[in-house]
Amino acid sequence: MLTVILRRVLWMIPTLFVISIISFTIIQLPPGDYLTSYLTALQETGEQPDEAELAALRERYAIDQPFYIQYCKWMGGMLRGDMGMSFEWNRPVNDLIGERLLLTMIISIATLLFTWAVAIPIGIFSAVKQYSWGDYLFTFVGFVGLATPNFLLALVFMYVGYRVLGVSAGGLFSPQFQNAPWSLARFMDLLAHLWIPVIVIGTAGTASLIRVMRGNLLDELRKQYVITAQAKGLVYWKLLLKYPVRVAMNPLVSTVGWVLPNIVSGAVITAVVLGLPTTGPLLLRALMNQDMYLAGSMVMMLAVLTVIGTLISDLLLMWLDPRIRYGKGES
Amino acid sequence: MSSQPTSQTMQNTPENKAILCDPNPDEQWEVDEQSMQRYTAGQLQMVWWKFRKHRMAVWSGLIILVLYLMGMFCEFLAPYPLETRDVTYAYAPPQRIRFVAEDGFHLRPFVYPIKSMRDPVTLQRVYVEDRSRILPLRFFMQADPYHFWNLIPMNRHLVGVEEGGTFFLLGTDSLGRDLFSRILYGARISLTIGLIGVTMSFVLGLIIGAISGYYGGWIDNAIQRVIEIIRSFPAIPLWMALAAALPATWSPLQVYFGITIVLSFIGWTGLARQVRGKILSLREEDYATAAKLCGTSEWRIMTKHLLPAFMSHIVVSLSLAVPGMILGETALSFLGLGLRPPITSWGVLLKEAQNIQSVALHPWLLTPVVFVIIAVLSFNFVGDGLRDAADPYSR
Repeated sequence: MLTVILRRVLWMIPTLFVISIISFTIIQLPPGDYLTSYLTALQETGEQPDEAELAALRERYAIDQPFYIQYCKWMGGMLRGDMGMSFEWNRPVNDLIGERLLLTMIISIATLLFTWAVAIPIGIFSAVKQYSWGDYLFTFVGFVGLATPNFLLALVFMYVGYRVLGVSAGGLFSPQFQNAPWSLARFMDLLAHLWIPVIVIGTAGTASLIRVMRGNLLDELRKQYVITAQAKGLVYWKLLLKYPVRVAMNPLVSTVGWVLPNIVSGAVITAVVLGLPTTGPLLLRALMNQDMYLAGSMVMMLAVLTVIGTLISDLLLMWLDPRIRYGKGES
Repeated sequence: MSSQPTSQTMQNTPENKAILCDPNPDEQWEVDEQSMQRYTAGQLQMVWWKFRKHRMAVWSGLIILVLYLMGMFCEFLAPYPLETRDVTYAYAPPQRIRFVAEDGFHLRPFVYPIKSMRDPVTLQRVYVEDRSRILPLRFFMQADPYHFWNLIPMNRHLVGVEEGGTFFLLGTDSLGRDLFSRILYGARISLTIGLIGVTMSFVLGLIIGAISGYYGGWIDNAIQRVIEIIRSFPAIPLWMALAAALPATWSPLQVYFGITIVLSFIGWTGLARQVRGKILSLREEDYATAAKLCGTSEWRIMTKHLLPAFMSHIVVSLSLAVPGMILGETALSFLGLGLRPPITSWGVLLKEAQNIQSVALHPWLLTPVVFVIIAVLSFNFVGDGLRDAADPYSR
């Protein structure tokens, strides 16, 4: 077990190295760099660029240097925990991401809990009562949920919220709490706004999870041990929850690691539509404006979190399902 | 034993069994004929029988066919060409097709002409129906000229109204362009981008997956690591990053193919994994070993024995990959990172419905979404039906 974990952790190092190169290449792909666009923006407003400032910027980001030197500078900063400066906001990337990360995290975790709370019971019901009208209903609803782009749902919810409830559905806070320090009242305000993004972001995930849960449970229910246990007189619901459901939960565990990258990407499109102060819209703006260091750091963070998340999922799976063995010569 | 003419002994002989089970021998033959047909049916025949049982899948297949036909003949079906604009009719609401007018029933469907006015209080532009006269719909009428498939000059449209009137079935956008026509043109782009993207992922995934599964060793290891790395980026942000990297100077056609490549950049990895897994397990099957022992060449084993065995699974995952790509394109274009006008896709159309003001005031701008949902839903159902049908031997 320990060697497996160790090997997996060691594997992460070359993986992360390649990922960092890819991330850097992606952010370098757009033609031109931020400095040129910064200069033109300055000239448009008629300001004189400060030569010393420009030189400092050039020096700091090695803009005139070849690709690999730029990469090394970026990576070096990254390792020291300095993700560089955002050109557009003129602030350190760390600050920018930090303030949005907490809210994104709250939304992501709430969404995950919502998804599970809805999908697992429905999935079990659909599998046990296969081909009942309830199963057909949930299957249909699930398919529609899968096919509906999240951002459309967001628009619909906003429309309904605006027309029927008379609340402004956008954002996570009422105006008076927008920039207020954390307090109980602000937290309650957050809870009052939270449900719309949670439902909107969670719908597609819930729909697919119901499908997965139903399919897996159906496979398990056909196995002999279920029949044996029933023949021996075990109460059906007890049997169901104790064995087949536990096995059918495996794919859920294997996706729990994806919550981590979700914390950063945080349903970008929905967040843009709903105007959520999360990291998603920040990433979009950074990409559109070629705010290279901000975008690159976020893409990199996403990948790192995914790798860590996958590792956590795999370890959880190993712990949950002793039949799964990783690595050779162990069983 | 045989001296005792009891029913039990009679049952043991096959000749008597048929008589015992079924008193009518003619009917027995009929059943046999049917099962004969079933036992001799080819694989494809059985797949089709199984697929046909999935009603939703069959209907969805028909809907998909209709959508593609719409995209194919959009120039003819659309009342207006793509870029016809009339700013005097900006944000006009949908016009209802009617049969009953003030003066009674008309066999020919018609619409009322609309006039734009200023609301005296809010100063907003509002449209009112002019009920004093009717605009009958004309079928196969000659109107704005166009080039069918950019080749054949034509000017016939399926439906329209006479010169001077307007026919906006689904309303107009901010520039007064007919939304229904634009949705039809958008279908062409939105639906093909999924197909081309899937084809590209398919070719890539098949080749790379086969190499990985067949050669094994360090090649397999390297390919698997690359796939893992690509998959370790979440799809939408990776698509966004790549789409943002497409140069702004590209022509619309280049952007179109650029977006397809971006979409299939992730798509092939899943397919390659599936192909690899299938090859790894199928290679150990008895029939593969038997073929090898008979001296069959590696290439022949791959193409004649292994490939048909997992082809059905590939088709299923392909049909399930198309809706993902359609949604991906819609999302990217909606964000302004995907296709750009003058290319018109459903996502590009939805860009107008990006904020609550436009949705609240002009809800018809959301209609492209209905088409997206129908298309994606249909593909999902067809994929579901194909998944059940892919293994026709299971019950």
